[in-house]
Amino acid sequence: MGLIARQIEAAGISTLCMGSALDILKAGNPPRAAFLDYPLGHTTGKPNQPDLQREIMLQTLEGFTSLTVPGQIKMLPFRWDDEDWKRTAMSEGDNRTPRHDTPQYQTEEDRTRAEANAAVTCEVCELSD
Amino acid sequence: MSQPPVEYIRRITDNYAKLGYKAYQWVNNPEVPPWTPLRKLLSQCKLGLVASGGLYVTGQVAFHFKDDTSFRAIPTTVKTTDLRTAHFAYDQTDARKDPNVVFPIDTLRRLVKEGAVGSLAENFYTFMGGIYSSRRVADDLAPRLTERLVADEVDVALLVPV
Repeated sequence: MGLIARQIEAAGISTLCMGSALDILKAGNPPRAAFLDYPLGHTTGKPNQPDLQREIMLQTLEGFTSLTVPGQIKMLPFRWDDEDWKRTAMSEGDNRTPRHDTPQYQTEEDRTRAEANAAVTCEVCELSD
Repeated sequence: MSQPPVEYIRRITDNYAKLGYKAYQWVNNPEVPPWTPLRKLLSQCKLGLVASGGLYVTGQVAFHFKDDTSFRAIPTTVKTTDLRTAHFAYDQTDARKDPNVVFPIDTLRRLVKEGAVGSLAENFYTFMGGIYSSRRVADDLAPRLTERLVADEVDVALLVPV
């Protein structure tokens, strides 16, 4: 995402890149960044906690004002309830699913709807070759 | 009390070595990033968003898991309950309960209503991260996303990886 942020910024749009993997965020070196020390899959907060999500977003967006040096990372103060997840995250084997090259629908109903839509032109899907 | 951040690059490098895979070449951009100063208050800005959590709207084609460099335009008027995820590399349990953990749509709509953010672009963009080829991201996906954000005339872009 750092790479994408850099291209968008170079096109004249101010960017801010969030992230929950500090080492990956640093390697990508986006113009502005905010780090949230949560388990992966929670880049913008905990589920069904809209007030917390709002607070995280407000403090993130504040980075557009406070970050003045290219490549700077704002460290957000929020913490997960306990930090046991970090031990699991570090010791886990590769739990990635196999690399299928067919669409992986969340539900069968999604598949049916998408296939019905395919008959008409999909205006909102930009698919690469 | 607080433990240091997880070293994901080390963990994934170790896992790949154990599985006998070729070492993954992490993107590394040591050069100073480009910089566009923000000359407006956020309350006057049109905000765009790019997220890599594999979100799609039911009715759209889902992502596949083999270097999928396609993206979806998600209308910012979308019903939150119509959002879905397809991603090979993170636990989607919470994202499927509440997409706002990786795609802060309700959060940002609320901040617009409160006046903290000026407005949202007509569409937000999503793709599925974990694309092995950084060349395809740099030469294909990133330019196409940039083109869309420029056409959308956003003042700021928020990027939400997973």
